[in-house]
Amino acid sequence: MQAFKHYQAAHCENGVTVGLLKQVGLEQITEPLAFGIGSGLFYIEIPFLKLQSGPAISFRTFPGNIFKRTCKAFDVKLVTKKYRDEVKAMSELDELLAKGISVGSQVGVFHLTYYPKAYRFHFNAHNLIVFGKEGNDYLVSDPVMEDTTTLSQQALRKVRFAKGVLAPKGHIYYPTSIGVVTQDKLIAAIRSGIKRNCRDMLRIPASFIGTSGINYTAKNIRKWKDKLGDRKAALYLGQIVRMQEEIGTGGGGFRYLYAAFLEEAAAITGNDDLLLVSEKMTKAGDMWRDSAVQMAGIYKGRLSAQSDYNHSAAILNEISDLEKEAFRQLDKIKI
Amino acid sequence: MKKSDIPQDESALKGWTREVFYAKNDDGKYEAGLSTGWSVKKDALDGAWDEVNKNVEDARQQVVAGKLSPIYYYMELRLMDVGVLAQYVGFWKWRVKRHFNPTIFKKLSDDVLQKYADVFEIDVEQLKNFK
Repeated sequence: MQAFKHYQAAHCENGVTVGLLKQVGLEQITEPLAFGIGSGLFYIEIPFLKLQSGPAISFRTFPGNIFKRTCKAFDVKLVTKKYRDEVKAMSELDELLAKGISVGSQVGVFHLTYYPKAYRFHFNAHNLIVFGKEGNDYLVSDPVMEDTTTLSQQALRKVRFAKGVLAPKGHIYYPTSIGVVTQDKLIAAIRSGIKRNCRDMLRIPASFIGTSGINYTAKNIRKWKDKLGDRKAALYLGQIVRMQEEIGTGGGGFRYLYAAFLEEAAAITGNDDLLLVSEKMTKAGDMWRDSAVQMAGIYKGRLSAQSDYNHSAAILNEISDLEKEAFRQLDKIKI
Repeated sequence: MKKSDIPQDESALKGWTREVFYAKNDDGKYEAGLSTGWSVKKDALDGAWDEVNKNVEDARQQVVAGKLSPIYYYMELRLMDVGVLAQYVGFWKWRVKRHFNPTIFKKLSDDVLQKYADVFEIDVEQLKNFK
């Protein structure tokens, strides 16, 4: 094991994946590679489910997938544990830290003492790395932050046992060993990450998932003004933008991240066709941001006509077309 | 997006951290940069908080009017819903809902009130004597 090095990332799970895998010697891993190999890009609007009384939308794959898939691609042996007993959950963590093992931990952000209050909602799929203990304080590497921080014993226990949807139940995980990483294995990891991502964005037969899921949301947006009234419809749009752009959730940002992955993949595999798709993903990222600006016009109260909602929806339809085209093209590239 | 175009607006991140943002450098290659925030996001987050504060104020008025118990108010204040609150106190949801009824609330034992107070991080007195 090497000394732990903090790694800041656009998304917490990518950052934890990179931080932990570098520690077992996977020097080549970067945030874009982890995101691409873990097939992180996604779109889903979960029908009938409301989060904080708004639509439940995610721009990334399900929590835990990126880490699991990346580990699998490099034959990383993993230990993962959940607990009922809070005392045991803390003492086992102490034992691991005493052995010099850095540990990934799923936490809820509501009681996360170092978070600004504005970000503290009941969101339980945040990830951080605990890499040491000094006195009563745990040394914490939270990938969204520029520097490391600390949590008291009491505070860490509270966030590890946050309650609600996706309650972490003390969930911890850490790699113990890694297979030999050759250039071929790296290329195979990239290939399977891309194939799986094409499947997720193009071929899951549900209208609310992948590139067709973006159209599903567009269709809903056209109905919101009539169905919900101006105030609530505007709040719903605000929620889309928060899910899309807020720290660590990132729709537009994730498209840029995937474009960065394709660029790295092109350099590793020597296949420049990937750069063409990278350009399209960059364009998709730009369009997600344009759509956020347009939606902001509505939730800030500057715009409120049905035509403004239609405009928002039309931008999403265009994004859906573009991402469909990009993934179809990607699907055909032989690596 | 170019690295020089990464938004640097004032936001709730101020004084805490900057966030990572992937954008293209002068050579047209992706690189990680840092952002202090984006006004479009800030407005969405502010809007969400306005809604929270409105719900908390509505709850406060309902408690003062004797329609709901202080447990409901503190649930809203702590951004919880019935499901989250029920998990934290370790009661069934229907039982928590019953405790929103001011008449039933008045008969609750100190042990039960203490559980709520712990979850809300307040004293039992603040539950009993709602201002």
